[in-house]
Amino acid sequence: MTILAHTQSQFRFQGRSFLAFVIFPTAPIGRWLNDLEKWVNESPGFFAEKPLMVDFSKVSPERDEFNSLLAYFQSNKFRLIAVENIDPAWLPRDLLPLPGGRHRQEIEAAKKQSPISGNANSHGRGTVNSLMLNSPVRSGQEIFFPAGDISVTGSVASGAEIISGGSIHVYGALRGRAIAGSDGNEKARIFCSSLEAELVSIAGFYKSAPDIDPDLFGRPVQIWLQDNLILLKAME
Amino acid sequence: MAEKKPATTVVVTSGKGGVGKTTSTAAIGAALAMEGQRVVVVDFDIGLRNLDLMLGAERRVVYDLINVIQGTANLSQALIRDKKLHGLHLLAASQTRDKNALTEKGVAMIMGELRSRFDWVICDSPAGIERGAVMAMKHADAAIIIANPEISSVRDSDRIIGLLDAKTERGKRGQEMEKHLLITRYDTARTKTGEMLGIDDIADILSIPVLGVVPESNKVLNASNLGTPITMADRDSPPARAYGAAAKRLCGQDIPLEIPAGRKPFFANWFGGRAA
Repeated sequence: MTILAHTQSQFRFQGRSFLAFVIFPTAPIGRWLNDLEKWVNESPGFFAEKPLMVDFSKVSPERDEFNSLLAYFQSNKFRLIAVENIDPAWLPRDLLPLPGGRHRQEIEAAKKQSPISGNANSHGRGTVNSLMLNSPVRSGQEIFFPAGDISVTGSVASGAEIISGGSIHVYGALRGRAIAGSDGNEKARIFCSSLEAELVSIAGFYKSAPDIDPDLFGRPVQIWLQDNLILLKAME
Repeated sequence: MAEKKPATTVVVTSGKGGVGKTTSTAAIGAALAMEGQRVVVVDFDIGLRNLDLMLGAERRVVYDLINVIQGTANLSQALIRDKKLHGLHLLAASQTRDKNALTEKGVAMIMGELRSRFDWVICDSPAGIERGAVMAMKHADAAIIIANPEISSVRDSDRIIGLLDAKTERGKRGQEMEKHLLITRYDTARTKTGEMLGIDDIADILSIPVLGVVPESNKVLNASNLGTPITMADRDSPPARAYGAAAKRLCGQDIPLEIPAGRKPFFANWFGGRAA
């Protein structure tokens, strides 16, 4: 005889963290909004899909100014997730401030530089952001550094993944995946001392191992993006 | 009497199964005991215990690691002395439990106590990267990474090396963990034809120092069947000599690396036939 027993469902949750933009309106609000709109129109896609928070710590708007700002941010150009430093009574429930979170300076810097430029991640940034790895990147490790360049003094193993907002420099063999310009920076490049990669990608365009010229295998190579094509050239 | 220096805890690990972790644990443990060291080999493969077979002690296991963790036996009751080799001891795994029986606190307590009693604590890790493997490496000062000359084994070893820095107490304290590469089942003929990776290739991919190269040999299996580590069963066989030399290097002796049936210089650059 079979007895069917009802067992309680098991729930498993995983933590996941995302990078959100925080924007600080300044007085006078009307002009600030105009400037922002101009900026957004010239850099379409900069905010696309990215969670956005509005922080009113630098200004105290009137209720109607606030409402017009809120309406603007709730339009489909943005993905507003929270509003901070404002009377909570003014807010719809789903936009109440989120507890926790840490500020990250580099995004602020990226936002400030070249405000009216088609490429939000171009050169000339005030602060230099780079990540230096002095040991080999092992299989299964994932290095994610959206704020700038990554340099690796050792090798990147097969099955390892390096994701950089800027360029990637590997002074050993590149055997895993290298993803440069992860935020859409088309000027990002990849350099390695020995190209044995599983996949290389710049600004969303990629080439996997079978598409890479076998003559380049094991050679020092530079990889860049030109007219939406990934180009590879031996550096010898 | 000289004061006892603190024990060295070594984890023998690989990621991939079937590459020779347990065989190597038994062989190196025996080789160290033959050098006059006090050695305990600890089987962390809870539920799939094998180390007792390699030492011919399978009928003598009364209490095991899990009994000690759960307090149903004390360490002295669970430690099994080797009958043939003075100084060699075994702490067996439980065959009836699973890896969840390894509690952090229990493992820490046992490792602390073993350290105070022995010169060498050698932990035989289960395959994989889950709880059992993480527990085996957690308290290690040094690691022996076993790799076979094939790409799947080498990649798994690479993965394990990454975990050694992330998941161990030593790594968490920001201290470097000593890592040694032991290549087993090395077949010179198949390396020459390009069927298997060369030692230089493996060392280049893993970028850790080579502790030894053990040749493929039927004698290893024969020794397992006898329940005697190869280093005791057939001392002059090539694999026994390779393990013996590896144990001496582990003790800090400077012994030149020998290629099994070697005709080629070791670290000459030779990149033949690696699969992309």
